[in-house]
Amino acid sequence: MASLHIDHLLGLQNVPKEDITLILDSTDTFLEILDRPIKKVPTLQGKTVVNLFFENSTRTRISFELAERRLSADVVNFAAGSSSVKKGETLLDTARNIEAMKVDIVVMRHSAAGAGHFLSKRCTSRFINAGDGAHEHPTQALLDMCTLRQKHGSLDGLNVCIIGDIAHSRVARSNIYGLLTMGADVAVCGPPSMMPYDLEKLGVRIFHDVDEALQFSDAVNVLRIQLERDAGADFPTLREYNQTFGITRDRLDRLGREVTVLHPGPINRGVEIESEVADGPYSVILPQVTNGVAIRMAVLYLIGTKAE
Amino acid sequence: MASFLFKNARMVDPVTGLDTEQDLLIVDGTIDKLGPSLSASDSEEIDLKGKTIVPGLCDMHVHFREPGFEHKEDIRSGAASAAAGGFTAVACMPNTDPPIDNASVVAYIYEKAKGLPVDVYPIAAITKERKGEAIAPMVELRKAGAVGFSDDGSPVHNTKVLRIALEYASMFDVPVIQHAEDPHLFTGGSMNESIVSTELGLPPIPRLSEDAVVARDIMFTEYVNGRYHLAHMSTIGAANAVRAAKEKGLHVTAEVAPHHFALTDEAVRSYDSNVKMNPPLRTADDVRAMKEALRDGVADVIATDHAPHAGFEKEVEFVYAPFGIIGLETAVGLSVTELLLEQWLTLPQLIEKLSTNPRRIIGLPELRIEEGQRANLTLLDLAAEWTVDVHRFKSKSRNSPFHGRALTGRAIGIFNNGQLVLAD
Repeated sequence: MASLHIDHLLGLQNVPKEDITLILDSTDTFLEILDRPIKKVPTLQGKTVVNLFFENSTRTRISFELAERRLSADVVNFAAGSSSVKKGETLLDTARNIEAMKVDIVVMRHSAAGAGHFLSKRCTSRFINAGDGAHEHPTQALLDMCTLRQKHGSLDGLNVCIIGDIAHSRVARSNIYGLLTMGADVAVCGPPSMMPYDLEKLGVRIFHDVDEALQFSDAVNVLRIQLERDAGADFPTLREYNQTFGITRDRLDRLGREVTVLHPGPINRGVEIESEVADGPYSVILPQVTNGVAIRMAVLYLIGTKAE
Repeated sequence: MASFLFKNARMVDPVTGLDTEQDLLIVDGTIDKLGPSLSASDSEEIDLKGKTIVPGLCDMHVHFREPGFEHKEDIRSGAASAAAGGFTAVACMPNTDPPIDNASVVAYIYEKAKGLPVDVYPIAAITKERKGEAIAPMVELRKAGAVGFSDDGSPVHNTKVLRIALEYASMFDVPVIQHAEDPHLFTGGSMNESIVSTELGLPPIPRLSEDAVVARDIMFTEYVNGRYHLAHMSTIGAANAVRAAKEKGLHVTAEVAPHHFALTDEAVRSYDSNVKMNPPLRTADDVRAMKEALRDGVADVIATDHAPHAGFEKEVEFVYAPFGIIGLETAVGLSVTELLLEQWLTLPQLIEKLSTNPRRIIGLPELRIEEGQRANLTLLDLAAEWTVDVHRFKSKSRNSPFHGRALTGRAIGIFNNGQLVLAD
């Protein structure tokens, strides 16, 4: 069996194509397990996984936890709210204390970009990044790529556009890195005030007109507008955002052809995406969620069983 | 009577134009004789063949953290770090607790530094409590011995306060020293805005934050005929603005920190918080512009912005780490390696940036290597090849991004206040 070049999954930037392909291929095996009446295999029996979540998350944490349990790992959940972090302990001290209890894999979500890089250099566990600030969210991008592959057969030459607040999005960055590595043509769309500096240097096309972006696209990945952060800061009103960049049935009808619609969730109906689109025939939003569990099983398996 | 005889040293003095290999005899802290083949009984004789003696170096931008943050550095450990780096004088910034915004804190610093081989000069705050709202009692502070005014760590952003500060301080022969940053553009930023911040997803600090404030400040300086010194210049835009100001003949000077000519923001890819400072590391184009600014005299001074932090404070997530790195013990090596050997500066020019110009800007007496002058000297080994090891630093802190870097050139000692301090 092939094994990964990477020791930790901190992001998709600089992850070789063979590794991404291996994860996506392995996912197919785990998807099959999820269709069985007994959705559990002994792959990670005896391994301990800690879910270290310093930022609120429901679906990503549940998805990881299900993946871990279905691989028969021992699972411990750590949420910042109930922890010593509130008492002023540093991240490094927290991680070292948990590690001293002999864990194998740490799944971490943190509001600070690079938190996984920081810890992985100072600890001995394997790290899987479940989202670090505006940096990366590699398992989300992998599940997006898995879903696109199911729908379109191959990522090579596929035109994918990510729509929304690219500057603050870890989902966008991981998708850009992963999709480019896999040979897709990647574009982004949103107001210039939501584009990070010099983004075009990454090799992505930039649209400010959502209809032009749709013309380009085989698939669009619609990012959640973070209501608490963005309204009034990087664009004037939700109404204006919806009218200018929202993915509506009307826009898709005018396009006159099918375009696959992804969304990392949770969705703001009527803001970045219209209900009819989210629930419509082109939407793969629920398959994304199912694939998410299988992708995380594949990643946990490949990272957790890689020889030292 | 203590006397020291330095034999066979190359002596370089940019003020007198001296560049010669001779002997130098110091008696009671004063240069007694300068000439070939000197001898003196009862003197401590040191052979400096192949070494260089220059006027004592001066770092006009350090943070010695006392009073208030002595776990990072104090005046004694800071001075030891300065001596090890070849500096006989430093000017320490007022972001202490309490801040240096009244004469008693100025006096406290002079008291703490008394008797040390390194002269420690306080820079006082521009505004009360460094809040940027109302100017501090500058006359009283200047009389107590403050050598400049700065709210360093924070900008003076309010334009009315800036105008009053520049006007009021124009009574003195020392400058208002600005930490040029736009607080709105800066908010929450932790590295330079570039393709690197875009890739890393770290909150960016645009160069515009520095450029816009420098351009504005120069307008104010011209309008009120003030005296303005730009701390830690780091951008092409700021350098262009200072260049234009100098061409107009304004009282505008600028300093560059070694890390801004020795590192680019590519270093942040490590997420190592020891490359986090403010202003942040910029692009390769900015680094080149800083070298050109030094070469062309747009930047008058090399100053370290020595900013010690304890290990536990820096060993955290990049965005949560405090800004700042220490610089006193690597400044000479970085300057020699990056500027002298790369022929951006001649040795006399380098000594101007590290001694003559900063002393002039903060109103300290001019140093000359001449008979009858007080001996205030730095001893350099310009050919020494060494590797930076933070564990050997005299500073209390270890937050340097240069650990492990191979450098050429280092200070081997200082002589000041009648005391000879030789490096380990």
